[in-house]
Amino acid sequence: MDYLALYVTLKLAFVTTVFLMVIAAPIAYLLAYYHFPGKSLLEALVYLPMALPPTVIGFYLIIVMSPKGFVGQVWGSLTGGSLLFTFLGITIASIIYSIPFAVQPMKAAFSKIDRRLLENAYILGLSKRAAFLRVIIPNSVAGIAAAAVLVFLHSIGAFGVLLMVGGSIPGETKVASIAIYEAVETMNYSAAGMLALSFIPISYAFLLLINKLNRDSLS
Amino acid sequence: MTISASIKRRLKYYDLDLSFTCATNKMMVMIGPSGGGKTTIIRMLAGLEKPDEGQVIFGDEVWFDSERRINITPQKRRLGYVFQDYNLFPHLNLLDNAAFAAVEKKEVDDLFELLKISHLKKRRPHMVSGGERQRCAICQALARHPRLLLLDEPFSALDVVTRRGLREELKSLKGRLSCPIIYVTHDIHEALFLADEILPVVDGKIDRGWMQRTITREPGEAVQAKGAREPRLSLVY
Repeated sequence: MDYLALYVTLKLAFVTTVFLMVIAAPIAYLLAYYHFPGKSLLEALVYLPMALPPTVIGFYLIIVMSPKGFVGQVWGSLTGGSLLFTFLGITIASIIYSIPFAVQPMKAAFSKIDRRLLENAYILGLSKRAAFLRVIIPNSVAGIAAAAVLVFLHSIGAFGVLLMVGGSIPGETKVASIAIYEAVETMNYSAAGMLALSFIPISYAFLLLINKLNRDSLS
Repeated sequence: MTISASIKRRLKYYDLDLSFTCATNKMMVMIGPSGGGKTTIIRMLAGLEKPDEGQVIFGDEVWFDSERRINITPQKRRLGYVFQDYNLFPHLNLLDNAAFAAVEKKEVDDLFELLKISHLKKRRPHMVSGGERQRCAICQALARHPRLLLLDEPFSALDVVTRRGLREELKSLKGRLSCPIIYVTHDIHEALFLADEILPVVDGKIDRGWMQRTITREPGEAVQAKGAREPRLSLVY
């Protein structure tokens, strides 16, 4: 079995989840608590990756990350390297691909917190930032955990967007979903079958976890 | 220290327009029918809402002045505010809730003793009764050494017996506090029991005759009669 591909998949999912939790929290906070002109436009933009074909996202990422693209140029001048076909490149792609799955449950969890609790925190002297860390985050643990699990699952399932941005370099960008595809292409059904089978318990266990978290947040 | 406010605010059904003063150690009870603007006034004193016009002055500090464009944030006003519910943070036990913004953590134990909830320190808010939660909310507010204490119908979600007990405790607690206290209620019995001064607020204005009219059942304008119904009930007990 291609353990290396499985390792890259899990590593990618883990890194994506960690970064996305930090990136999505302020966005979700903004969407949950503030009203400003253009809010619905921003919200739709954040959820756009969910509504686009992965190859479309991949295409535009290639455009911006290529050595001639905006991000690629900046990265090239800083490091001399390229973002395409690297682990970092697919991590960025995976983060953008999964943003809606992090923001949506977090926003729902933040919105559920009673305004009066926050007002009381302000009266007790907490700044908005302190109230976010000491009141909102601890009271949204179930929602945040649900977001993390969703992002993790969505990342291990990514295929099209990663193939376009990262190609299939073993140990670097060749994730399990791409390895399965390639194995099938070369008629190596037993290798594909083993990898495919390994996904089922992982995904099933995480779904059970999501159900439990949802139950906990309701009670 | 004295809090004095003179505020105007355009609301949907009427205009709020009143001024009042409350001195240290005094409890001013703001009374009137529901929807009369009492909570809005309290929220303006706390800095959670902004008047359209006017001033809020505490001692020699200006908390709000529409002309000079001053509006001090709730964080800096250092006051205590007890609502009907939702003061306590669900993820913390009662002790941590009360110590949330305590000036001296040691004091919280004394406050728990005083309000008779020492045995509940480790419980979360959902594991105790409504009365015990409000006791803890009072501890939370007092532990911050507030310069002004605002109580917005703190006991109105409680049953009559618990409410009467807490009312009495609050009255005896009053002597220990050295700050102005503003208490909002629509219960005349509570107002008469607690108040050093009563401020009847009807439709955003001070209406000194409201209490008299309500008790004696004189001119029964629809709105006043509605507001009066519940206080009369409380006179039964």
